[in-house]
Amino acid sequence: MSDLKADLTLDNSGLSCPMPIIKTKKAMDGMKVGEILKMIATDPGSVSDIQAWVKKTGQELVGQETEGNKFVFYIRKVK
Amino acid sequence: MSEESAKRLAIIATHGTLDMAYPPFILSTAAVAMEMEAAIFFTFFGLEILKKGKIDKLKVSPVANPAMPMKIPNIIAMLPGMTPLATIMMNSWMRKAKVPKLSELLETALDMGVRLIGCQMTMDVMGVKKEDLIDGIEIGGAATFLEFASQNAITLSF
Repeated sequence: MSDLKADLTLDNSGLSCPMPIIKTKKAMDGMKVGEILKMIATDPGSVSDIQAWVKKTGQELVGQETEGNKFVFYIRKVK
Repeated sequence: MSEESAKRLAIIATHGTLDMAYPPFILSTAAVAMEMEAAIFFTFFGLEILKKGKIDKLKVSPVANPAMPMKIPNIIAMLPGMTPLATIMMNSWMRKAKVPKLSELLETALDMGVRLIGCQMTMDVMGVKKEDLIDGIEIGGAATFLEFASQNAITLSF
C-alpha cells in the first residue's frame, strides 16, 4: 500500500469532523487529474467519511492503511 | 455519483443554543465538501446565531436536558449560574475533542459558499436590524428558503 507515490500529503491529525473532508476537498481542488493525495487523519470517523466522500464526489480511494493511531488514505483525482 | 443523488442540503436552524448551533454548520460545510450546495435558514431563536459577536457566546441549558453527561436534577439545574457552568463544561469537552469553535465553522461556511439566510419575519418580531447581524449573509423569508429547498434537496431542521 505505502508503495503508492503521493503527489501531495495532507496531515489532518488532531482535527475532528468535518475538517478532514473539508481540507481533503480543498486539497483535491488544487490537484491535477491522475494525481494522488495522501491524507492522514486521527479521527476514527474519517474511515467511513472518506469512503462516503469518494462515493459522492466520484474520486477514487486507491489505498488505505493504519499506522498506530493514524489513518492514511490514498485518493486519486479522477475528475 | 448517481443521477438521483441529492444536490442540495437545506437546513432550518430554530434554536440559539450552543448544542443546536453546531449541527447546521458541520453538516452544511460537509455538504459543500461533498460538492453539494448548502443553505441554512435561521429563524426564531436560531437568528441569535447570526447576531454580531454572539456565536461564541451561545449557551447550553442543563434544564430539561437529561442527556447532559453531568447529571443534575432540574430543580438544581434551574438555579442561577448552572447554565453558564454547563456551557463552560461543554465548551471544554469540545476543545478537548478539537472541535472547531462555532465562529471558525461560520467563517468556513461563508468561505465555502454556504448560503446563510436570516429570517425577515423573526427580525421584525424580535426588533433585530440588518446591522445587528454579521456580514455576508442574506435576509429572506419562507419563499427564499423553499425555492432553494424545492430543487433536489435534503431538508433538515434543528
